[in-house]
Amino acid sequence: MLSGRVWKFGDNIDTDIIIPARYLAYTDPVVLGQHCMEPLAPGFAKDVRKGDIIVAGSNFGCGSSREHAPIAILALGIPVVIAKSFARIFYRNAFNKALALLEADVYDAVAGGETIEVDPATGLIKTARAEVRAKPIPSFMLELISEGGLMNHMRRRLEER
Amino acid sequence: MGMTATEKILASHAGRDRVEPGEIIEARIDLALANDITAPLALEEFEKAGANSVFDPERVALVLDHFTPNKDIISAENCKIIREFAKKYGIEHFYEGGACGIEHALLPEQGLVVPGDVVVGADSHTCTYGALGAFSTGVGSTDLTYAMVMGSLWFKVPESMKFVCKGKWQPWATGKDLILHIIGMIGVEGARYQAMEFEGEAIEDLSMDSRLSAANMAIEAGAKNGIFRVDRKTLEYLSGRAKREYKVYESDPDARYSKVFEIDASAIGLQVALPFLPSNVKNVEEVRGVSIDQAVIGSCTNGRLEDLEIAAKILQGKKVAKHVRCIIIPATPDIYHTALKRGYFDTYLDAGCIISPPTCGPCLGGHMGVLARGERAVSTTNRNFLGRMGHPESEVCLAGAAVAAASAIKGEIAHPREVV
Repeated sequence: MLSGRVWKFGDNIDTDIIIPARYLAYTDPVVLGQHCMEPLAPGFAKDVRKGDIIVAGSNFGCGSSREHAPIAILALGIPVVIAKSFARIFYRNAFNKALALLEADVYDAVAGGETIEVDPATGLIKTARAEVRAKPIPSFMLELISEGGLMNHMRRRLEER
Repeated sequence: MGMTATEKILASHAGRDRVEPGEIIEARIDLALANDITAPLALEEFEKAGANSVFDPERVALVLDHFTPNKDIISAENCKIIREFAKKYGIEHFYEGGACGIEHALLPEQGLVVPGDVVVGADSHTCTYGALGAFSTGVGSTDLTYAMVMGSLWFKVPESMKFVCKGKWQPWATGKDLILHIIGMIGVEGARYQAMEFEGEAIEDLSMDSRLSAANMAIEAGAKNGIFRVDRKTLEYLSGRAKREYKVYESDPDARYSKVFEIDASAIGLQVALPFLPSNVKNVEEVRGVSIDQAVIGSCTNGRLEDLEIAAKILQGKKVAKHVRCIIIPATPDIYHTALKRGYFDTYLDAGCIISPPTCGPCLGGHMGVLARGERAVSTTNRNFLGRMGHPESEVCLAGAAVAAASAIKGEIAHPREVV
């Protein structure tokens, strides 16, 4: 069970907000993390603490295919993002990078700064006011996570050849 | 129950007779693409995984189009890493320098994508190739590494939505107006995880350039892919261009759709998407008079010959307004050359425009046209998110080439009829 402070972001948080394109020449997670959410919340990267949790509205991660986005979030020590819904490329990228995503409507049930408990494995989310279970993760993606991501899956497949 | 074209293509590439929406399948890849900002992460994963070959050096495309001509040292270093990878693994379709164009204009133009293909690209606008009747979608760098090594990738089979378009287009309207209209109608997650299929007489009337432009922005409605029927125009486009044999897949009459929309083309005026979402769409008449500092005509959405021709017609004999920069970016070397031969460059230069080499540059606030605090651009690109073209307090209004060119002349958002 994870326990972390909540940072709230609204609907349609796009990848240009998560990590602006001008930093995409960098691949160093530390550099990418420093600019996470910069256009919308310039102080975020400085104020966020390891273990904090992002709670967002719908369509989180819409826009570009940049894998720099989940990398930037992970670099800040954020282990999980909870949103009403996720854009599809971001969804794939997050699982490939082992950033846990939970699809649940808890946006209105939590306050920014509140500490909540989350179990990414079962999808259980405990807030001060409610206990919510996130939408189940497709079984193939659970397998990917248990294998340690897509690259491990690939290594295993290559060994089988 | 019949199948959609998207389902048939995925089934054929998974070695199956049929697939159902929601199923997870592993499909064979016909082409895997990355660019100078997504390839570096993919190549890091490639190294880490200990891979020692790509599945087929002729089916990987690496296009250095984003931060090129190299905008700074780190961009140059990234390009160098990719170049060395391309040499080491014999990547046939490696594009840089004078051979380089904007990937989603370049690959179809070079005949590297054909109908019935499954294409993945580490770039969200890879959905562009649906205009050719291919299944084509954007993925991240790690997915791309998997596709490059294995020659296959997992997909969740999407449900399909259908957009049936009838009626005659208004003057100056293009595929950009169609797709902006649709995104305005269904919203930025209106087609999330779905295939968007386009058909009807108004679609047949659209040029290939317009279809590529419309398919390009399917992602802006959240879609996995956009797909057009292969017709006479598609076959003409492919003739003498297609580098591979191909098979055409068509949706069955009894295929399943999650939703069907009927669209009257004659009711779609010239569209403008105001900041900060591509769904914030208005008719140009509703927003005319909004001042601009910059006009950009280019990108994987609208840097093709049709767009350059429209711009030339409107800019002919006119001047760009004082204190406005009008940047024109032909999307590929071929387009650049043709525009030059047709005399468009004289028109642009006489009007006071800047002509850029092919690059994604300003679209994502990279270089070659970045906005200052408080500045506003009208742009033929595809995203108007917060800070997309530069400073977080700058703004981008999305439109087709006609509105962008007319606005450059007026110094404010304008309908072409105000200047021509």
